[in-house]
Amino acid sequence: MTEIFQSEIIISEITNLLKDDKHVAIGAASPIPGSAALLAQEERKNTNSKLQVTILHSQKFNNFTDGSRELFDASAQGRIDTFFLGGVQIDGEANINLVGTGTYPKLNKRFSGSFGSALMYFVVPKIILFREEHTPRTLVKKVDFISAPGTSPSNIFRPGGPKYLITNRALFSFNRKDKKFKIEKINPEFSLDEVIKSTGFEFKTNKNLKYFTMPSQKRIDILRNIIAQKLLNFYPQFAKKLWFS
Amino acid sequence: MVNFTQLTVKDIAKEVKDNCLLGIPADYSGVPMSVTIEIIKNKVKGLRLYCLPLTTIQGDMLIGAGCVNEIETAAVTLGEYGQAPRFQDAIENSKINIKDSTCPALHAQLQATEKSVPFMPLRGILGSDLYKNRNDWSVIENPMNYSNTNDEKIVILPAVQLDVLIFHASKADINGNIQIGRRRELATLAHASKKVYVTVEEIVDEDFFDCELKAAATLPSLYIDGISLGKNGAWPCGLTDYYDIDSNEMSKYARAAKYQETFDEYMRDFISQNYYSNI
Repeated sequence: MTEIFQSEIIISEITNLLKDDKHVAIGAASPIPGSAALLAQEERKNTNSKLQVTILHSQKFNNFTDGSRELFDASAQGRIDTFFLGGVQIDGEANINLVGTGTYPKLNKRFSGSFGSALMYFVVPKIILFREEHTPRTLVKKVDFISAPGTSPSNIFRPGGPKYLITNRALFSFNRKDKKFKIEKINPEFSLDEVIKSTGFEFKTNKNLKYFTMPSQKRIDILRNIIAQKLLNFYPQFAKKLWFS
Repeated sequence: MVNFTQLTVKDIAKEVKDNCLLGIPADYSGVPMSVTIEIIKNKVKGLRLYCLPLTTIQGDMLIGAGCVNEIETAAVTLGEYGQAPRFQDAIENSKINIKDSTCPALHAQLQATEKSVPFMPLRGILGSDLYKNRNDWSVIENPMNYSNTNDEKIVILPAVQLDVLIFHASKADINGNIQIGRRRELATLAHASKKVYVTVEEIVDEDFFDCELKAAATLPSLYIDGISLGKNGAWPCGLTDYYDIDSNEMSKYARAAKYQETFDEYMRDFISQNYYSNI
């Protein structure tokens, strides 16, 4: 058995979450979600359930022709099933912060900004929060700034929202009724206790807690032989580091 | 012979006056770096940048050079080259004002101007701290009686008209029409701007309207106030089908911009090099 990299395991876990999707979109600087979407597309190539993948950062895999607003218009109409968002901070109620830490506007540490999150988080049915770093610094009790809220009152149009949070240590599901994350899977290199200690918010434990699933050899072959080449075109630095060094 | 008056990059830069509201294209839609350097040389002050929907090195440089008073944007970042250091410094030390926004809101505000309506509604946003910090945004109940939800709240955003838009594109034709490909956000920006200036890699001896396929990828000359021919006008940013982003230069900038002193040094060097043709 060949050595499997940590990033490949996470890519594989994300691929499993895209099972029933018809259209997945990938925003800026998202090589791992991008790999997962292309892998899911490749695996479904010869089936009746084709997967459309839009990677905004790529020329070839960007399906839009009406400018950068088309992603948001298409999403608001429900034409995108899954989108990925990250955050400087993510809190226990799934509020996300892409703006910075400290007191706004004169922050201690300013980050890039909210991008499209303040609409996408409301309208895309399955938002997967992805943040590799799993520490009390990134997964906090309460975010310093809400770029987009995890939940909304019933008089606000909100067909979408957070469904999963995946880090290098665990996979959580999110329940919008009780506004809480529940742990679903854990990286076998860590104990549950370690995950609890490295998470700044409380989450629901799970009697049926599973380990991250190791990708099959067949999946690894597709990833390394086909997806890695595609990724070289639009995430060259990531692809070179993981697969070609 | 072309049927429009060609400008120099310097001529275009002169159109950017102190305190004006300047349209800033994203890194994928043709960053006008050659003009940006001239704006910095002119020591323009008090600029308000309107990004559609984000900026990279262009915004960071203008901020670091002290040309900017305010920025309205969804993000400022150097992408693969890290955070935007002069922007971070300016925010953390209250040197400039920021109107933190989200991509679709920046589009919608210009779309309102395109249609000449006073505001545009947009889904989402409510419950965010973006909304709390924007006193120019408002919320209404859906006034349409066929809505199924009672007292459904929706955000409304004001129409924004830009004073000047400058971008870099691949081609102009002999009649001053500009090829923008599928970067339609450049059309949105142009429709909502009082003045529009474009730098191009080349001027081609044809009229894009003679070919339906080309016409569909064209911003018509009726929106354009001036064109300047100059190769590598987006460098060190990339231009689709022409050149990729210059990784070495971007890394060099990202390192230099960490501190004001090293940024100033970098800019002195950059300006003295005269990288662009037809200045």
